[in-house]
Amino acid sequence: MENVVQRLLKCSTSTFFQLHIVNCTGLGEEGVKAAVATSRLERGKLRRRTRAAVETGVGHREPGPRTRRCPQIAFCPAFCDPDSLPPRVGWIAAGALASIPTPAAHGSAPSIHKHGSSMASNSSSSGGSDRQRIAQQRLRIIAGHLQRPAGDDSALLAAECKDQGSKSDASSEEKTVPRRRQEIMKWNGWGYSDSRFLFNKKGQAEFTGKRYKLSGMIIPGLKEWFEGTFGANLQHKSPATPILNSSAVRPPTLNEAFVEELKSTGVPFSHDAEDRVFRAYGHCVHEIFALREGRIGRVPDLVVWPNCHNDVVKIVELACKHNVCLIPYGGGTSVSSALECPSEETRSIVSLDTSQMNRILWIDEKNLTAHVEAGIVGQDLERLLNESGYCTGHEPDSMEFSSLGGWVATRASGMKKNIYGNIEDLVVHIKMVTPRGVIEKSCQGPRMSTGPDVHHFILGSEGTLGVVTEVTMKIRPMPEYQKYGSVVFPNFEQGVACLREVAKQRCAPASIRLMDNEQFKFGHALKPQVSSIFTSFLDGLKKIYITKFKGFDPNRLCVATLLFEGNREKVLQHEKQVYDIAAKFGGLAAGEDNGQRGYMLTFVIAYLRDLGMDYYVMGESFETSVPWDRVLDICQNVKARIVHECKERGVQFTPLSTCRVTQTYDAGACVYFYFGFNYRGLSDPVHVYEQVEHAAREEILANGGSLSHHHGVGKLRKEWMSETVSNVGIGMLKSVKDYVDPNNIFGNRNLF
Amino acid sequence: MTHTHRASGRAGPEHDEEFVDILEERRRSSDLGHALRTFNPHPYRGAPPCSTADLNKAVLESQYLRYVAKEIAMETGSSEEDVREEARGILEEMSQNLQLRFIRLMGYTLTKVFKRLFTGIFVNMEGLGTLQQAIQEAPVILMPNHRSYVDFLVISYILFTYDIPVPVIAAGIPLAGMKMVGEILRRSGAFFIRRAIGSDKLYWAVLSEYVKTIVRKGYAPMEFYVEGLRSRTLKSVTPKLGMMHMVLEPYFKSEVFDITLVPVSISYDRVLEESLLAHELLGVPKPKESTAGLLKAGKVLQEDYGTMHVNFGRPLSVRQLCQGKINRCQYNSAPRDLPQKPTEEAQACVSWLAHLMVRIQDEGSVISPWSLMACLLLQAPMAVLTEEGLPWERLAERTLWLRRLALDCGAGLNWPGQTPDSDVMSSAVALHRSVVYRRAGRVYLLQQEEPARKRPISPEEAVMRIATAVLMLASYRNQSLHVFARPALLATALHITKSTQRDELFACFCFLQDVFSYEFILVPGELSQDFEEACVLLEKCGAVHISQQEVTLSDMGLEALSFLRALIQPFIDSYQVMFRYLSEEGDPVLTEKQLVPAVRNRATKLILSGELRTYEALSSDTLKNALSALQRLEAVTKLRTPEQNEYKVNSAAVGRIGDILSGTIPPQMLQTTPDARL
Repeated sequence: MENVVQRLLKCSTSTFFQLHIVNCTGLGEEGVKAAVATSRLERGKLRRRTRAAVETGVGHREPGPRTRRCPQIAFCPAFCDPDSLPPRVGWIAAGALASIPTPAAHGSAPSIHKHGSSMASNSSSSGGSDRQRIAQQRLRIIAGHLQRPAGDDSALLAAECKDQGSKSDASSEEKTVPRRRQEIMKWNGWGYSDSRFLFNKKGQAEFTGKRYKLSGMIIPGLKEWFEGTFGANLQHKSPATPILNSSAVRPPTLNEAFVEELKSTGVPFSHDAEDRVFRAYGHCVHEIFALREGRIGRVPDLVVWPNCHNDVVKIVELACKHNVCLIPYGGGTSVSSALECPSEETRSIVSLDTSQMNRILWIDEKNLTAHVEAGIVGQDLERLLNESGYCTGHEPDSMEFSSLGGWVATRASGMKKNIYGNIEDLVVHIKMVTPRGVIEKSCQGPRMSTGPDVHHFILGSEGTLGVVTEVTMKIRPMPEYQKYGSVVFPNFEQGVACLREVAKQRCAPASIRLMDNEQFKFGHALKPQVSSIFTSFLDGLKKIYITKFKGFDPNRLCVATLLFEGNREKVLQHEKQVYDIAAKFGGLAAGEDNGQRGYMLTFVIAYLRDLGMDYYVMGESFETSVPWDRVLDICQNVKARIVHECKERGVQFTPLSTCRVTQTYDAGACVYFYFGFNYRGLSDPVHVYEQVEHAAREEILANGGSLSHHHGVGKLRKEWMSETVSNVGIGMLKSVKDYVDPNNIFGNRNLF
Repeated sequence: MTHTHRASGRAGPEHDEEFVDILEERRRSSDLGHALRTFNPHPYRGAPPCSTADLNKAVLESQYLRYVAKEIAMETGSSEEDVREEARGILEEMSQNLQLRFIRLMGYTLTKVFKRLFTGIFVNMEGLGTLQQAIQEAPVILMPNHRSYVDFLVISYILFTYDIPVPVIAAGIPLAGMKMVGEILRRSGAFFIRRAIGSDKLYWAVLSEYVKTIVRKGYAPMEFYVEGLRSRTLKSVTPKLGMMHMVLEPYFKSEVFDITLVPVSISYDRVLEESLLAHELLGVPKPKESTAGLLKAGKVLQEDYGTMHVNFGRPLSVRQLCQGKINRCQYNSAPRDLPQKPTEEAQACVSWLAHLMVRIQDEGSVISPWSLMACLLLQAPMAVLTEEGLPWERLAERTLWLRRLALDCGAGLNWPGQTPDSDVMSSAVALHRSVVYRRAGRVYLLQQEEPARKRPISPEEAVMRIATAVLMLASYRNQSLHVFARPALLATALHITKSTQRDELFACFCFLQDVFSYEFILVPGELSQDFEEACVLLEKCGAVHISQQEVTLSDMGLEALSFLRALIQPFIDSYQVMFRYLSEEGDPVLTEKQLVPAVRNRATKLILSGELRTYEALSSDTLKNALSALQRLEAVTKLRTPEQNEYKVNSAAVGRIGDILSGTIPPQMLQTTPDARL
């Protein structure tokens, strides 16, 4: 057996393991185990290795020479906040401890490792609370064996490309997104190939796969809700084309000179039909619908996978030299037609897939920042940071698949922005490769007054100016404690009033979302089968209490879901504050389960759309932001407009038209609308859909809503850009584009 | 651009639909039973019900009123609390207090009254059906025309009978002053608005917030008279825009998804107030509304007033109507509660909609045979009517001819099919024995017998006596005037210009419309459609041939053309009296108080000398309309003085308008600004 400890220590020293493994002589071997385990470096694997290390009796470590970078993460976690040491522990490792849930916290809180619970994860290392508790204990012990060296500093690593060889040994199985997306993902639907909803032979809905909490479960209420809401019928199926027919894909138009030179750079590329189709679309309903029918339009002619910033520089240079159109591709979760190849584009189109640029290059624990390659997808970023006891806290609903670069390019927003901020608040430094060269700031100052912030040319540029390659982001210690919650309100008006008050008092939890009555019912329909009679009995009791005893009208009540995060004591205090406010608006606490289920749905709702499309039901969601005083009006009017427009266009069954308030701000809120309808009998359902969505957007704008809160403009909402930002505004954007990219190399034609 | 209201063929008569006499059942069953019926309407489902107290509280606590109170406090130096207290007082005076008990009381009383007054109250059931549906879907605004005090509660009465939520009704404050009755009305849903609010900022604010809150909350359907007041002439009045704007604003500002406008046309065979109105027009002041007065009106209740038609128009979606006319985004950049002057776009849209409603009311009104007869009677020379008498046969024959013309023009006639035509006409004359009488095969104008007089009647008094009857007759003519207005204006243009060129005719048509914009309510901005419509109608009744460039007279159409021209003639003559007076008057500044009696005197003299044939020149409404038209045409300017309305006259301009009207100088397009009074 390889000397694992040695290896581990080497790895550690390559950074600053010594920071946190401080002098704690006198503690036993147990401690060594614990420290290593708790560092949660490549959690599962290392834990095993550590055990081996301990068995070999290595109690003390010596700094070893830096031999190679840890494949996934360039350093081991460290604790850097001696001020907040819990007295019990003494002077060690406070920062990391803060990030480790206490046993007490685990008694009542759901696991903080949400990957294992709500969201799918590739990682096998779903940390059980027991293991963590033990790990924490061990950490204290091992810390005693290790010496804290003087003059430590953040070990910054040059952002060199990883050599192809090192990729294979540890990283590939950890990373979510392979070059060949088709290996794990659907080509004409959302998400992983193994995870989908279906109605089984008994007519019961179930969710396949093993990735999600809902996986493998039966959802008894879904059929009735589905048929009742959409007038759909399980007998009437509209199945998708099962396999991608490569012959339907137009052969690539290659720019031979470009391809030749590209070859010499060694950057991997492909013009395989599947690879190209995968990068030709996002997840707008019209895109998915066309794919399901096997209709494939213009697709990129070539896909390249740069491995690092320098690769991107080379690609962009070549593209400029040979006048090739580049379309950056991150996670492919766009819902704004941003990835669509412009039909008027005559040049060879190259999709620049950033998915292999997925490393955390360094973590700066003094300043709490991490420098990350922009192709990393959300779940990997969080998981890797978690392993070091940190998180970014940026959790857009698409975080399983969407990438950091994509967030920057669309001004993304995460569900927990109340604590962590939106992407523009999180970003400290951005590096972007443009046809004019690389743009980046000279320092990492937290705020600057240096003219208009150049970051804001990049944030929201939607791939029109260049490729974001590296980003320095703020990170936070992982929260000690997390708690879900929910509140039932007698009606939506009261719910909105409550959210407004919460925002006014600036006491919004990490996340607070208000679902309207239809969504409440939808959420209810998605309850998995309960195994115990007791649970269903309790559910029954709750229902009776709310509707009969409290007099809530089941057709009017609505529910807010909450997520609290932070120090346990403060969370509980905070929770009380929020529930007290809710009570003033007639809100009744409705338990953690309802809250948690609400958040789980976030990750499966996109899968549900695919199920709908199997049965003539088409759906989409879209969002806006709006001042507080208009929230109720916009919700009511847009929902009414959707119903109205469907009727006008011959949709037989009243559509599902529902909304939720998903974010609160000082001056307003973010509102999501969900729209689904039964398209059986319509000759051109996509056209009907598009008309209705168009009308709904007009309604949003007329109601004082924004063109988009975080989805972006893409090509779908371009037509409203000039009225949104004024003609002068468009002119400003265009002049930047003209300077940065005069030949329109980044020719996806988004925004304007 | 085609407007939905035209494209949908709304302009066409919808009178084929069935009108049902709702009094029939009342005559058969217990009145008390009706009053105590279970009333269980489906209200607007957008909002939960709210009490009167909640409504008033919402108004007083509104952000808008807060802003205004602050503003007023700043301006006047009084404390904000005082201003808010004042607002509370205004609201108290204004607000309705709708209670089902009083609706029942009202139902009981009205059944008694209606059964006595009318032989039938006919309601289009289909309209009620669509209304019932509409009320559940969006806040509904009921917009009846206002021809009689009887209008006031008839809609509530009908809705109560058919299980539809009863409306809150905007009423004039004098009604509130009536003992008992005021309170009963208030509890039947009336809210009271002061006359001449002028520049009372606080009052405007309270009123508009009150109205908007009712609409926003979908508290109840709202009923108001877009004409602002009861028409004394039975002819539509230029709509008032203030209330209309308040009602529409919740849609403009996206506070509601949609608002439904339901024009309601109420038509009477005979109007209770007919002689009262005529007297008022001749300068006899209107008696103050009082309970005692109402009780004294007992005599009025003894008479027969024929039938009443209530035609509920098709519910119209404001959202649909305003498409492309209002950009709601204009309210996005400032708080919607902030007191702001309406934009030009909003004002134009409100004005357009208000006029449109009036037009639809007109089109929905039911025209009685008597109204057609009145048109013809008025065209007879006065001597014939007062002395020789008009041969009955001649009148009957002409009436039947006019019936055809009216039908060609799309009128909704109430001409009973089962009864012989002659009986129909005879009973019409019999019903209106207060205006005409028939003797020995001839029809005469009735001149009211004054109580025994000491001295003989002066010639001026004689003129007045005839004028009373003529103005009553004119009112009934006015009931069908809207049917003929467009073709009549074109017929007049043909006469004035002596031209066949379309563009010249159109210019003259526009000029006439401008001059008579207060007489014939046409929808602003739709002049070319109106002109086209006029051409088509004239062609349809065989009066003209239409080509690309020309409108040529046809020989067969002379009768129609001369009838139509004669319909307009009294207005031209009356206006000319006013114009001549103003252009000859030395004093360039006049007050309204002086002006009307002075012109009336002048007209009396002209009538006596035989120079003026129409007695309508004596009507204060006609004279005021002429003055308003001159103001619109900028030949007269209103000077704002604290005491009274003063006018500055541009004699040359007035003279020029008179000359164009008489055809001595060619018509020219007179630039006018869109009417935007709020």
